Amino acid sequence: MRIKWPAFTKAWIWLRITDVLDRFNPYLRKLPVWAVYLAGVLPPVVWLWMGATGRLGVEPISALEHKLGEAALQLLILGLAVTPLRRYLGLNLIKFRRAIGVLAFFYVTLHLLVWLVLDVQVPQQIWADIVKRPYITVGMAGFLLLLPLALTSNDFSVRRLGPKWRSLHRLVYVGVVLGGLHYVMLVKGFQIEPLIYMAIIAVLLLLRLQKQSKRQAA
Amino acid sequence: MAHRWKNDLTHADVTPEQTYLNRRQVIAGLAGAGLAAAAGPLSAETLEPNSWEEITTYNNFYEFGTGKEDPARYAHLMKTEPWSVKIDGLVDKPGEYSFQDIMSEMTIEERLYRFRCVEAWSMIVPWNGFELADLLAMAGVQDGAKYVAFETLYRPSEMPGTAYRTIDWPYREGLRLDEAMHPLTIMATGIYGKPMPNQNGAPLRLVVPWKYGFKSIKSIVRITLTEEEPPTSWNQLAPREYGFYSNVNPTVDHPRWSQASERRIGGGLFSKRQPTLMFNGYEDKVASLYEGMDLAKNY
Repeated sequence: MRIKWPAFTKAWIWLRITDVLDRFNPYLRKLPVWAVYLAGVLPPVVWLWMGATGRLGVEPISALEHKLGEAALQLLILGLAVTPLRRYLGLNLIKFRRAIGVLAFFYVTLHLLVWLVLDVQVPQQIWADIVKRPYITVGMAGFLLLLPLALTSNDFSVRRLGPKWRSLHRLVYVGVVLGGLHYVMLVKGFQIEPLIYMAIIAVLLLLRLQKQSKRQAA
Repeated sequence: MAHRWKNDLTHADVTPEQTYLNRRQVIAGLAGAGLAAAAGPLSAETLEPNSWEEITTYNNFYEFGTGKEDPARYAHLMKTEPWSVKIDGLVDKPGEYSFQDIMSEMTIEERLYRFRCVEAWSMIVPWNGFELADLLAMAGVQDGAKYVAFETLYRPSEMPGTAYRTIDWPYREGLRLDEAMHPLTIMATGIYGKPMPNQNGAPLRLVVPWKYGFKSIKSIVRITLTEEEPPTSWNQLAPREYGFYSNVNPTVDHPRWSQASERRIGGGLFSKRQPTLMFNGYEDKVASLYEGMDLAKNY
């Protein structure tokens, strides 16, 4: 049964949520960006140590590969969520958006490296997989698409490219979709988790479209 | 054909784990199968079994979740006592066979087999069990039977993974009758001399060592002898990726990954891939079953 909330209850709940989130903002303002970079770099180091010492189960290669891939996707999604979080919920993460994006690329790169070096191992096999296996083609395309964004994620490039920088960095929308698709395509059977990721990506992209059409109308 | 086999082994008689572990060199496969005489050059390969921990914590049993560690975490929810297997279809004596009754009729032996998953990882498992042919003989296979269909238990209250329709439950598998009657094909009831752990398919499961692991259906509750090729779960779900035969074959790739090599579980973070063997190394014993068949088409 669908619950019909009175309008004032809805408004009250909304207010409470934004109120609670707003309390984080002063702390976030004080949090230095380098701390976010540090916190982001630590997990792969810990996972590598866990894998090397038998703490990632009996098949540490896939475990490490999957952990890195999933974290990369989560960071890409978080990056996409920064604007809506501020606009709709008043939580301000803008200061950390570059760090989130750079870390996402760092995880994607490690994920790729684990696949190349620990998983597939054989160089001829690597190329064969990229061209023959659609989910790998899609994942690889996603990586290549993110590469120029990572390379231009510095103040110099922002100044140098000017308005072109913004258009270039819109490529991240395609990159996230390719990442989510890569996950959906690789699982066996009907699995719910990759579809949840895909749904969140779709919602975040739709929020942007909605806003853009409003801007055009105005 | 009942009482053809003398039940002279119990779990207590089966080689204890320590003996396995001490025995660094074990001849591949066929202890006591009467096939030792026919052993080819591959049988000289030494197989070191995977550890109990490896075998029992890295499983695919989607009824308990799709994560490799989910079965070890949740399979204890499955009640395996009492247990019976319904044997029906083209048999002389159809009916519900209780697990105890089956065990009292069967001779349990050890089989050290390679186990190759379709996901390109592999293990060496010291199974305990009996030949499927013996169980089928107990029920009496009728002349018209050409295939054997199997079904896994489907009990949602004890199987959290079935909350999602990852697969069209219950899980189903099947074999051609000659594959089912082959002496390498066993119904496994234990590992390392211990009763089968739930996550590995308690109390009894199929093991067909020359086929990809998903053919070796777990926790069997029904066996049906049929004239027609029975529907099988993975084949129904993705016919392009999983054929009815699903013999291990390094020359026929899965559409999404290569089957030319595999990773033996237990090698750690820097484990090297090793080449996959035709029919998982049992070519000399089973290739004749597929003579004249195009294995690229009948994958």
